Amino acid sequence: MVWEVLVRPRTLDLAVRSLTLAVAVTAACVLLGVLGAWLVVRSDLPGRRAVGVLLVLPLAVPSYVAGFTWLGLAPRMTGFVGAFLVLTLVSFPYVLLPVAATLRAADPAVEEVARALGRTSGQAFLSVTLRQIRPAATAGGLLVALYVLSDFGAVSLMRFEAFTLGIYTSYRATFDRTPAAILGCVLVVLAIALTVGERRARGTVATRGRRTPTTVPLGRARVPALLGTTALLGLSLGVPVFGLGWWLAAGSSSGDGDLLMTTWHTVAVAGLGALLTIVLALPVGVLAARYRGPLVRGVELASFAGHALPGITVGLALVFFGVRLVPGLYQTTAMLAFAYAVLFLPLAVGAVRTAVAHAPPVLEDVARSLGRGRAATQFLVTMPLAAPGILAGAALVFLTSAKELPATLMLRPTGVDTLATELWTKTEVAAYAAAAPYAAVLLVVAAIPAVLLDRFLRGGER
Amino acid sequence: MTFLDVKGLVAGYGSEPVLCGVDLAVPEGGLLAVLGPSGCGKTTLLRVLAGFHPVRDGQVVLADRLLAGGSVHVPPERRGIGIVPQEGALFPHLTVAGNVGFGLPRHGRRNGRVDELLDLVGLSGYGARMPAQLSGGQQQRVALARALAPRPGVVLMDEPFSSLDASLRDELRVDVRAALRAFGATAVLVTHDQGEALGVADAVAVLRNGVVAQLGAPQQVYTDPADLGVALFVGEAVTFDAVARDGVAETPLGRLPVHGRASGAGTVLVRPEQLLVGDHGEVAGVVATVDDVLFHGHDATVLLRLANGTRMRSRVQGVLPAQPGDEVAVRVSGTALFFPERRS
Repeated sequence: MVWEVLVRPRTLDLAVRSLTLAVAVTAACVLLGVLGAWLVVRSDLPGRRAVGVLLVLPLAVPSYVAGFTWLGLAPRMTGFVGAFLVLTLVSFPYVLLPVAATLRAADPAVEEVARALGRTSGQAFLSVTLRQIRPAATAGGLLVALYVLSDFGAVSLMRFEAFTLGIYTSYRATFDRTPAAILGCVLVVLAIALTVGERRARGTVATRGRRTPTTVPLGRARVPALLGTTALLGLSLGVPVFGLGWWLAAGSSSGDGDLLMTTWHTVAVAGLGALLTIVLALPVGVLAARYRGPLVRGVELASFAGHALPGITVGLALVFFGVRLVPGLYQTTAMLAFAYAVLFLPLAVGAVRTAVAHAPPVLEDVARSLGRGRAATQFLVTMPLAAPGILAGAALVFLTSAKELPATLMLRPTGVDTLATELWTKTEVAAYAAAAPYAAVLLVVAAIPAVLLDRFLRGGER
Repeated sequence: MTFLDVKGLVAGYGSEPVLCGVDLAVPEGGLLAVLGPSGCGKTTLLRVLAGFHPVRDGQVVLADRLLAGGSVHVPPERRGIGIVPQEGALFPHLTVAGNVGFGLPRHGRRNGRVDELLDLVGLSGYGARMPAQLSGGQQQRVALARALAPRPGVVLMDEPFSSLDASLRDELRVDVRAALRAFGATAVLVTHDQGEALGVADAVAVLRNGVVAQLGAPQQVYTDPADLGVALFVGEAVTFDAVARDGVAETPLGRLPVHGRASGAGTVLVRPEQLLVGDHGEVAGVVATVDDVLFHGHDATVLLRLANGTRMRSRVQGVLPAQPGDEVAVRVSGTALFFPERRS
């Protein structure tokens, strides 16, 4: 049975489609990301600070919201082209962010030495700078590839039969869920292979400099560069914002009570998921921050595995788990919250670990020497210092859960719709105007914790 | 009477111990400086005393109470030993008063004890500030007040002055000593700075390769070091291989009287302040060439070269007429140290 499913032409077909899409989107993102990062950090592009901030924002747009607005503007842009365009436009910041950070931190002296040894600025860029940003670009590229492999929203809206959509169709089509499960495992194997490959290709870590790098005048390339970045911003941010606005204005207000109820469901389910995830992440994160050894390495590995675990596979695994082992929990809110915990635990553990590492161990030593026991020290010193970072982790899990689509589709209790599932259902039947309010509220729900958190963290710094 | 008593202390991280049999004794109210180069085990020693690191052998006794040794390991919170880490390590989320009162029981925070302590370290009225609003020196003062608040048996200080600039350092040293005296507190300070150890402590322990090479009063360690290594570590010096006969050694600086009535081959050691420099004729001595003069304001260091190529430093008070390239006369005042050659 397993072997039959594996060697079916359809399995190979799905794998080829998914990998082709992943390779194409990753290549496009690396190109856009490296170019964008260089323009923002190293060139004299007018308004490059503002452009730098704006170019990161597409990350906040869920792929299915972007897909929905594009479909609204060009209903026939489905299939590979549509999926490629949408996924590239929402995920190029995964490359731009780390590359820009590396370019900022890279020691400009290395490039200057290359110039002093007789290279032109172009040669110096190719032979020195490009090597410095390679680790960041491959790491970012890996995130993009994993994102594309596990994306369900964009490919399902664009009706591109990728692996995730294949799994979902197979899951829906028959009562026998084994084929779906096998496909899910293949997807995980693909993701792990990518992760391992990236670690090999990463190369040496770039050195850190202290000076800010010099700016390169763009000269005649200035106008094309400006037009290019404007176009990129227009496509990746302008289209979703404009599309949503247009549909909202044209919209038939389809039952405001529904919208309110759906919003409440989303907040409740995502909130429960965030709470459960943080409670589970606390002990692991504290241990990982304070002790070295196999556990810490295990946690690091788990965080990679978490990135590589597609929502659809986790959803499927929990459907099996629920149906076979704990039927009482199947299709309950608790089960869905648990799915979010499985998916986003690595995210939360990372946040807790970083937060606890912010409270130096020497402070714990001082507290102990002043007569406080281990527990009192954790409570009085470490936790107050780590609280902002832990809250940040909780907010991150909350907004990621609110946006999650495939696992939510499979595991939500009957009759409970979240903003994401409702948006997906409405877009499936091309009810774009009816879908628009859900998309708008979803963006707001996801944005509120982000904004509050940003303010809170900045307040703490002062 | 010995108050803090450390005997045969062995501790470490891997298979090689960092401390291999440390003996220390500090009287009540005393201030001991543990002096050693980086990596000699100073910080490990502090961590063992405070209870953050286990002992493998030997024991730590404070006021006749066994804190560590054998199967005994009293946890840090029950040792009554305060610590002042490098750069203070104040709790960033608490006010200055919150920091100082951290180790006090709840009722103890309101009876003026916190104000009294802040007063003592010269920071009255700073209670409501946050640590980030204080300078480095002020943070160190708060850290000391915090450590002293619960009346610990001993206060341990880990290079408390190393992060401060020179002028602030002297001022803080004087104040810290005054605060410790006012409380009758016993303290152990570790440092790699010779000036700091000799200048601030009642007693100095020179830690080398995990054992105490010498324990004594600062003056004793400087003027009567246990061996050549200690002598070279606690201050600048010029050394010559020489043969002594009945307390007199033949050196490139002439015949010098040496400590004790030493005889045989060994090393003669002269401190820079013992080298008197003057014009020919004015000072009867050996001729040397001035290589360079480093002027410090209050005094100057003169780099000298003897005819045989030996280079040395002399510390000279006041105005010196010599210029690089000049020839001067050099004489040694007082007796030189002599370390007989070790026969293996």
